[in-house]
Parts: sequence; structure tokens; C-alpha cells
Amino acid sequence: MKFRTFAAFVAPSLLMMFVFIAVPLVSVFLQSFEQTQPVVERIEVESCTPGFVTQNCTTEIRTQPVLDESGRVVTQTVFTGLESYRNVLEPARAMAAIRAGDWSGLMAIDFWKALRFTLTFTLITLPLVIGVGLAIALAVNNASRTIRGPVIFVSLLPFIITPVIGALSIRWLFVGDGILTQAIEWWTGHQVYMFAQGWTIELLMLFYRVWHVAPFAFVIFYAGLQTVNTDSLEAAIIDGATRFERLRYVIVPHLMPLIVFIALIHLMDAYRVFDEVVGFRSEAHVISLQWLTYHFLEPDSTGNRAISRASASAMLTMIGIVILLVPLLRKTWRDHKGAH
Amino acid sequence: MSTPKALRQPASLRLVSGAFLTLWCLIAAFPILWITVMSVKVPIDAFAANPLDVILGPLTKAQGRGLSLIGIAAWAGYLWLTFRACTRGLPQLVARFSPFGITALGWLIAALAAGILFVAVGFGVLTPLIGAIDAALGLEPLIGLTTQHYQAVWVENAFWRNFVNSLIVTGGVVTVSLTVGTLAGYGLARSGSNLAFWILIVALVFRALPHSVLVAGYLPVFINSAEYLRPILGDAAPTLYGKPFAVIAVLVAINQPFTIWMLRSFFQSIPAELDEAARVDGCTHFQAFRRVIMPVMWPGVITTGLFSFLLGYNDFLVTSLLLDASNQTMVPAIAGYFNRETTTTDQVQAVAAAVSITAPLFLLVMVFQRQIVSGLTAGAVKG
Repeated sequence: MKFRTFAAFVAPSLLMMFVFIAVPLVSVFLQSFEQTQPVVERIEVESCTPGFVTQNCTTEIRTQPVLDESGRVVTQTVFTGLESYRNVLEPARAMAAIRAGDWSGLMAIDFWKALRFTLTFTLITLPLVIGVGLAIALAVNNASRTIRGPVIFVSLLPFIITPVIGALSIRWLFVGDGILTQAIEWWTGHQVYMFAQGWTIELLMLFYRVWHVAPFAFVIFYAGLQTVNTDSLEAAIIDGATRFERLRYVIVPHLMPLIVFIALIHLMDAYRVFDEVVGFRSEAHVISLQWLTYHFLEPDSTGNRAISRASASAMLTMIGIVILLVPLLRKTWRDHKGAH
Repeated sequence: MSTPKALRQPASLRLVSGAFLTLWCLIAAFPILWITVMSVKVPIDAFAANPLDVILGPLTKAQGRGLSLIGIAAWAGYLWLTFRACTRGLPQLVARFSPFGITALGWLIAALAAGILFVAVGFGVLTPLIGAIDAALGLEPLIGLTTQHYQAVWVENAFWRNFVNSLIVTGGVVTVSLTVGTLAGYGLARSGSNLAFWILIVALVFRALPHSVLVAGYLPVFINSAEYLRPILGDAAPTLYGKPFAVIAVLVAINQPFTIWMLRSFFQSIPAELDEAARVDGCTHFQAFRRVIMPVMWPGVITTGLFSFLLGYNDFLVTSLLLDASNQTMVPAIAGYFNRETTTTDQVQAVAAAVSITAPLFLLVMVFQRQIVSGLTAGAVKG
């Protein structure tokens, strides 16, 4: 294919990605170093109230935003350097907490709290998703053909459901008078409050994510299991391999590329954890990095959006993604060079 | 199919694996099933301590809302007929009457029409009919069932407006992202150049970006866009914030990396000899793409379209930040219920709204299960 034809085919897509992904990235990077504020002026106001003999007059200095001729607030953008990053990271407080060995002090800072949750969430769900997905795939592969269709149908439901709704549906089972909370209370004889402390919410979030992603892993592993070479399985049996050894030394190595694929996709997606925080309404206890940026972007009670702080936290989130992707990119690059 | 004796499994293993599968299906379906049951009960029943109370709904029944034996039978039959019609008759109708021969468009219209017809016949004809028969035979309702929460959500709270917005956004995302994506996917699949490789790698990096990072870039620009665009467009310059078409563009771009990867792998599975033959017959590249490749690409396009649909439909982050209240889609609109969720009635209404959002997805899995599975595996087979 000639370069011009190739360019014509690819151009619309590249333009979309350039305008809506690359340009925003650059602008977020720039925004994180500057701050847009309304221009304020200090004016002296004399207010008088009628009094006997003379008026009571007081003068006070008031700050108010400058308005332009159409009545809008005039804003100015100033370069603030690393100020926004400092606001997000709060290095002084964090260092003090670390020096004092004060873990809960460090966790009182939103960014570190979000980072801690995002990382533990990503690392704990990863093996669970792969394990559960593989287990379901093996079980379905064992099952008779007639029930495979319905089982796949049911398994796809958690995968396809809107993430916020999926989280909500689990939340409603565990809210104060939800059916499972009441079941637990009846079982243990204690009052249970699943949404009153961080760790129970985190457990539910982990459960939700595994429930949501395991079907995806299952479908892919299931497809991989169809292509396992029966000859090598039979050879393993003749060599006296037990069922577990066959799984460990024949099936899992065969599925390895798929396991790596799932792990990568899952790392990318789990690092972006966000919908759980909204669905479980856990803002007060558990927050994630992406939620932190989202929260800065939402208008606060005065209608202002903390754009520069959001940009700073977005850039910090990006660093994590870059660290995640570097090994992958290096491997792809080596493969590509090897292929030519 | 007979398995070799050595590969056959002992009964204990079969039992364990069967039990595990049953447990998984239960876990997979239970939350969705349960909120569906909750949504048709009065609040006290919905949050009752005894699961049987939630299922049978004694208080809902006491209010005279419910289904008798005949009602249950009639609804079950109606559901079965609908299912049959959707899986057997509908595909043929779609194949025959699709406008301009575009099957995807035909499916969209057919699904919408089927959904509306189902609700209209179900509640317009079946419900009064069952009521009349029950009254004539003097039958008592067997299980409590009420649609009051759905009525409250869809009619009183005007959820249909959010539904329409969701349709606009999702429809826009699917059409634009497929149009742009098929072109790029074809170009990338047929070009072995280094540039194509790098485009795919950059797309992979973009795929990993958290969406909030991008939204942080759009927001200030979108809010002030009228001022930025005035020198070019004059007074007609739009404020992009709150406009569905701006959100469509954003979601298409976010979805583009995934779309081109997936479509590329589908295009690669079509032999290149096919377009070479077309080229020999005198087609240009674009004509070969349009007249020879696209007709055999429909399965891939439908599959990729499904995933675009899911992205547009399921998105919370982008739509909640970039759309204002008047153009809200369904998923962020449900957040409005969180803030009001003070009484149990509000809670059950939120449950009903959640079930309403899930229902189209449920239908989607039912109709397109095979495509979803093939789409998931298409990306992975290449590794």
C-alpha cells in the first residue's frame, strides 16, 4: 500500500486521537504549572447607618472580583511552578508523618491515601482475576456441551453490566438492611455495618472487581483451552503425569501468552479504578487516584473547579501508568526489531 | 464425542467442578437477579429481613398488586414468545428490510422497535386482560408485584429524557467510531510499515490513560470554548460544555485505540488476496475496501460496535463531568438518586432505575452472545 493511500485511510482516526488525546495531555501538563484565578481588587467601602445627631459611618476594606464590561469575572493565569503539585502531595506533612513513623498521619493526606488504595487494589485483584478466570474456564471445559451456552451467558452478565450499576447492585445487598447483611447478622448474632469502616468497603470493592473482570479472563482462557494440543496431553499421561502436573506443565504454559495479555489489560484497567468509589459511595473512607482527579474537577460548593490541582494529580497518576508500560514497550520494541 | 479413557475424569473431580460452576453462576447472577426482584416490591418488602418475604412480597400483595397463577403463566408465555421472535423471526426481518442495506442500522431500529412493542403490548394489552380474567374468576394474587417504582422513575422523574440522551450519545459513539475505526483498521492491517507499528504502539499507550487525565484537559477548554472559537465562527460559536456532540467526539477518541486494534485483527484475518483480486479488476484501494472487504467484514464490525456501545453506554466519568443536568445520560443521572436516597422509597426507585439501565444490556448479551465471545477472543488470539 502506498504511503498516501495509507495516510488517507488512517488520517481521520489519527486526527481524532491527536485532537482529543494528545493535545489534552499537553494542555494538562501545562495547566499543572499554572493557576487561573479571578482578579480581585481591594476597595475601601464606607457604609453609614443613620444615627442620632450624626451618622454612624464605618469604612472597611473589601476584596471583590473585577468584572469586565459584560459583567463577567476577569481571570488571570499565573505561572506557579510546582505549587499545584505541592498542594496535592503535601510533601511537608507527608515527610513529617514518615519521620514520625505515623502511618495514619500519612493516610490522612488524600493523595497518599488514594495511591495506597490504588496500588493494593491493583496488586490484590490481579492474581484473583487470573485464578478465578482460569478455574471457571477449566470447570466449563469439563462440563457437558449442553450447559456451556447458558453458563457462558450467565457469566457474561457481570462483565457487561455498567460498572457503577454493578457496584451499586452489590452495595444494595450489603447496605444496613440489605439481604446479605441481615443474613450475616442472623448467622453471627452481631450487628454488622459493612459501610462504616474502610476495610469492609475495600473487601467489597475487591469482590466486585473480581466478579466484574473474571468473566473476561474466563472467556479468553476458555478459547485458549480449545487449542491445547491433545497429543502432548496424552504424552504427559503416558509419562505418568498426574492431573495437577498436566495442568501445571502442559496447560498453563500453553495459556501463558493469554495470561500475560489478561494481566496487562487488567493492570491498565485496575489502575484506573474509579466506578467502585462512586458505586459504593466510599468517598469518606476509600478513594482512588482517578477519583481524586475527578473530585478536583467537580465544581465545589462555590462552583469553582480546581483545574490546576486536578492537572497536577492527573500528571502524578500518569507517572504510574508510564512505570507500568515501560517493560511492555521495551518487550514489544525488542520483538519488533527481532522480526525485521 | 468419545474421550479416551485416560482423559476421562473421576466422579469426584466432576462433582467438584460442577459444584464450583454452580456456585459461580449463582454469584454471577445473584446481585442482578436480586435487584430485579427488589425493584418490583413495595419498599418494606424490598428490604425485608426474610428472603422469602422479598420474593413473595406479602405487603405488596396486601395492597392488591400482584400476579395470580394465570398472570404468571401469561407473562411467562409472553416472555417465551418474545424470546422466540427475537432469536428466530427478527434476524430474517432485519436482513430483508434494513435501510440502505446497512444491517447494523437495521438491528438498531429493530431492537428499539422490539423493546417499545414489548412494553406497549405487555402493559397495554396483557395487564388489563389478566386483570379482567382474574376479576372474572375471582383469583387472588399469588406473589406481590408492582410497577409503581418504574412508573415513578420513568414518568414522574422523566427518566425517559436521560434514556433519549443515552441513545443519542451511544448511537453517535458507535456510528462515528466505527466509520473512523474501520478505515484506520483497514489501513493498519494492510500496511506493514514501521509507521503503522508505531501508530499501534502509541494507541496502546493511549489505551492505558486514565480518562480523568483527559477530562482535566478538556474541561477548561470546553467551558471557555465560545470565547476561543469566536474569532473563527463569529457569534454562533458554541460552548462545547454540556453538548452531547462534544461528548460523542471525546468518547470516540477515547475508544479509538481499542477500536483500531480490534478491527485491525479482524481485517488481518481476511486474506489480502481478496483486495488484490479487486485491484486487478480495476478497483482503487477505497473501492476495494468499500465493495469487496466491507461486505465480508460485518461480523467484525458488529462485534467492535458492541464494545463501542458498551463504552458509550456504561461511561460515568466523562458524561458526568462534561454534560450538564439537562443533557444527562442515564448512568450519571442515577447519581442524582444517591443524593436524595433518604427514604426507602427513594432507594427502591434508585434500584428500579438501575434495573432499567441494565435491561438493554441484558437483551444485548442475549442477542449477541456469540459476537461478544468472538470479539473478546479476537483481541487475545494475536497476543
